[in-house]
Amino acid sequence: MISQSVVNELKKIVGPEHLLTEREDMLTYSYDAAVLDSQMPCAAVMPGTSPEVGRIVALCHENRIPITVRGSGTNLSGGTIPESKGIVLLTGRLNKIIEINEQDMYAVVQPGVVTASLAAAVEKRGLFYPPDPGSQAVSTLGGNVAENAGGLRGLKYGVTKDYVMGLHFFDAQGRYVKTGSRTVKCATGYNITGLMTGSEGTLGIFDEIILKLIPAPIARQSMVAVFDTIDAASETVAAIIAARIVPATLEILDNFTIRAVEDFSHAGLPVDAAALLLIEVDGHPVVVAEEGEKVESLCRKMGAKNIKRAETDEERDKIWAARRSALSALAKLKPTLVLEDATVPRSKIPEMVRALQEIAKKYQIDIGTFGHAGDGNLHPTILTDRRNTEEFKRVEEAIEAIFDKALALGGTLSGEHGTGIAKAPFLEKETGFSSILFSRQLRSALDPHNILNPGKITGVSK
Amino acid sequence: MAQMNDLAVLVKELEEQLVTCIRCGMCQSVCPLFEQTRKEADVARGKLALLSGLMENIFEDPSGVSQRLNKCLLCGSCAANCPSGVNVLEIFIKARAILTEYTGLSPVKQLIFKRMLANPKIFDTLTQWAGRFQNLFIKDQANAQGTSCARLVSPLLAGRHVLPMAKNPFHKSLADLSRTPLAKGNKKDSGLRALFFTGCLIDKIFPNVAHASVKVLTHHGVGLSIPQGQGCCGIPALASGDRETFTRLVDHHLDLFKNEKFDVLITACATCTSTIKKLWPTLYKNPTSGVKEQLDALSQRTMDINQFLVDRVKPDFGKDAPSVSGPSGEIVTYHDPCHLKKSLGVAAQPRKIIRAAGKTLVEMEDSDKCCGMGGSFNLFHYDVSASIGNLKQKNIADTGCTTLLTGCPACMMQISDMLARNKQNIKVCHPMEVYARALEEKIK
Ligand code: SF4
Ligand code: SF4
Repeated sequence: MISQSVVNELKKIVGPEHLLTEREDMLTYSYDAAVLDSQMPCAAVMPGTSPEVGRIVALCHENRIPITVRGSGTNLSGGTIPESKGIVLLTGRLNKIIEINEQDMYAVVQPGVVTASLAAAVEKRGLFYPPDPGSQAVSTLGGNVAENAGGLRGLKYGVTKDYVMGLHFFDAQGRYVKTGSRTVKCATGYNITGLMTGSEGTLGIFDEIILKLIPAPIARQSMVAVFDTIDAASETVAAIIAARIVPATLEILDNFTIRAVEDFSHAGLPVDAAALLLIEVDGHPVVVAEEGEKVESLCRKMGAKNIKRAETDEERDKIWAARRSALSALAKLKPTLVLEDATVPRSKIPEMVRALQEIAKKYQIDIGTFGHAGDGNLHPTILTDRRNTEEFKRVEEAIEAIFDKALALGGTLSGEHGTGIAKAPFLEKETGFSSILFSRQLRSALDPHNILNPGKITGVSK
Repeated sequence: MAQMNDLAVLVKELEEQLVTCIRCGMCQSVCPLFEQTRKEADVARGKLALLSGLMENIFEDPSGVSQRLNKCLLCGSCAANCPSGVNVLEIFIKARAILTEYTGLSPVKQLIFKRMLANPKIFDTLTQWAGRFQNLFIKDQANAQGTSCARLVSPLLAGRHVLPMAKNPFHKSLADLSRTPLAKGNKKDSGLRALFFTGCLIDKIFPNVAHASVKVLTHHGVGLSIPQGQGCCGIPALASGDRETFTRLVDHHLDLFKNEKFDVLITACATCTSTIKKLWPTLYKNPTSGVKEQLDALSQRTMDINQFLVDRVKPDFGKDAPSVSGPSGEIVTYHDPCHLKKSLGVAAQPRKIIRAAGKTLVEMEDSDKCCGMGGSFNLFHYDVSASIGNLKQKNIADTGCTTLLTGCPACMMQISDMLARNKQNIKVCHPMEVYARALEEKIK
């Protein structure tokens, strides 16, 4: 519990209407989108200005109160599940786009700005902010940076970390730190911007984020290729990359997912296909036309039995609507959905896809696989009912088997969802203990009282 | 705690529906209330989590959950956008009923629902008195919406622009109407017979919409029956958790319609249509044998008036339509009521009718975003309701229109209030009204 005097102080900082302490409200900040146990905090504060944020952090430092920052709570690794003795800091009111600079092509935003709203705002000016995590309609940029979120365009355009030019943040004691700059190049000091990106709220609390923008591509070409075997599809992915073509998006759907999407949206997908590849190339019109041809003939050579190009914008939208509804369609099948994001070097995609099928069989569970095949980031999606404890145990075993396989193939536990609570216990497998120790030491030096999102990433530090 | 345990058992009835929420949080992107407050308890995910909390019996008393559950527009934006297909509205309404049955209805609501609403006759008489006496309390303002500021600013009215009760509610004209040869259209017979369900707001505040509807349907040769003694569709009672009164109202109408012959039941009120179609069959309390089937069949036959005209009557708008002023007609814009577009998927039909009436339709931004009315939400959370409505009025005004059209009288009330507060010189009408007016001009 936090003391009444701290509650009063918080109230003074943000105003009574922006401090929540009732048990009902605490329940609503006890979870995020990960399938994990929930945990109620003691209070939730909604600051409206940066000085308020600074004062909240300083107060918590003084009183050794854990802080978990929460944007839209769409985290898939439990990064926003708070500590029971801590508070939740909500960024909902810190949602201003401070600047969009067309000349120098960057944007400065507060952490609570919703990803899609920045993307729309810059698009109006002919610019492009490429990272597009699946939850972009609700996810916040603060959360994207804290998790180093990815998306469908990772293959060609990279992920959030490739767009963070600079950050202003409060350290664990509430002191203001500036890192990076508004320039394309910056070689002063440590690359703290890089360190903070993906730090999951454990090293500091963002105040302002400077993001790189790029010119919007002029032309795009989308297509769907249908395959009889998932091996042929995944080998095609490897072949496209080997041919030195980098599509903006290169997604795979397995048969289980195709059937779920078709049942749900009646989009006319071939339900007997073993796999689909959804591909988009973009850029200069001439290049797009040439690469489109090449990809098509490659797909044919690799055994695609049917290829359909989108001739109009509507046809293009239809293709991507089908992809976007994959998760929804799967979600409707069973109450609980565990979305994994183990990632492998892309040449290993065929092997990983085979392994996933074996794992589903071995543990007798339903796994729908779709995802960003082009960058090696698959989303094996396990459908279950958490209330069925016997089955859920098998699910947990299967998840571990997926992790082991990804690591054995030289991959990583998480491509884009973060470590959080969910993967913290497995991190040692990937990095070895000394790497965790290094992180823990770094962390305890910067946050001596361990108040910044404790329990995440490095496990419970001693 | 023992009693809370009983409540937990009751809420458990909702478990299978509650577990379908995967906590993805996507509902935050569309909830008009959350957009204003940014509080998780205001969005569907938070409310569903609270209900799960009740089920797990973690609260000492239900009032906190109840209060948060009631702070909701029931607009269904969350459900329409939910990737997991959670039937949010049904869950919320059932939960409200469970909580109300557990804690009891507030005395004011008891008086309104049990005494007034449940008895259409008393309700009619009372509102008629109100209609006569309101001139004493509300001073007329000459504005486009015909709203007036409450002269005695009671705390409940808080400076809002209320639309006066009609001096002559629609049902009063029914006696005259029934003498005109309704069954036969004055032109060719479409062969269709419709039962017209008036609905409280249209009957008592916008009788003109009903008159216009009758005119339009008669013109297109639809045989009409409008039974006397109709009442409320039941949504206000249901939204307050009073399933008892709701069920009595449904019974009343089932009985009233028993001997009527009709192909379709139509209403000009989006909320009535969606209530009859979606909630009558699912939320009727303890249906005896046969009632459920009756309600399902009625639901199948229920339709919004715009949809009915365009999809069933199918007039040749090129030839039959009034289109007096042509494509250069008055600039209007259209607001999609949540209960039409999100709940019933009706969006193209009213637009077709508006164009057929010779209007120039300029789309506003976010035409399908909730207006913020939400029934009694507007009464109990006027400030938030007004800030949501304010966004709407701005989008409307930005189109440069002189008339706003929408297919739900509740939206008409809210939007009138918002436009009047902002001194916008924009009229508020139902598509049937402009279509009927265009018909009249053509005949002239
Ligand atoms: S969008 Fe649907 S599944 Fe997702 S949190 Fe909201 S109600 Fe739950
Ligand atoms: S019904 Fe409307 S106001 Fe209520 S939670 Fe859903 S979107 Fe929000």
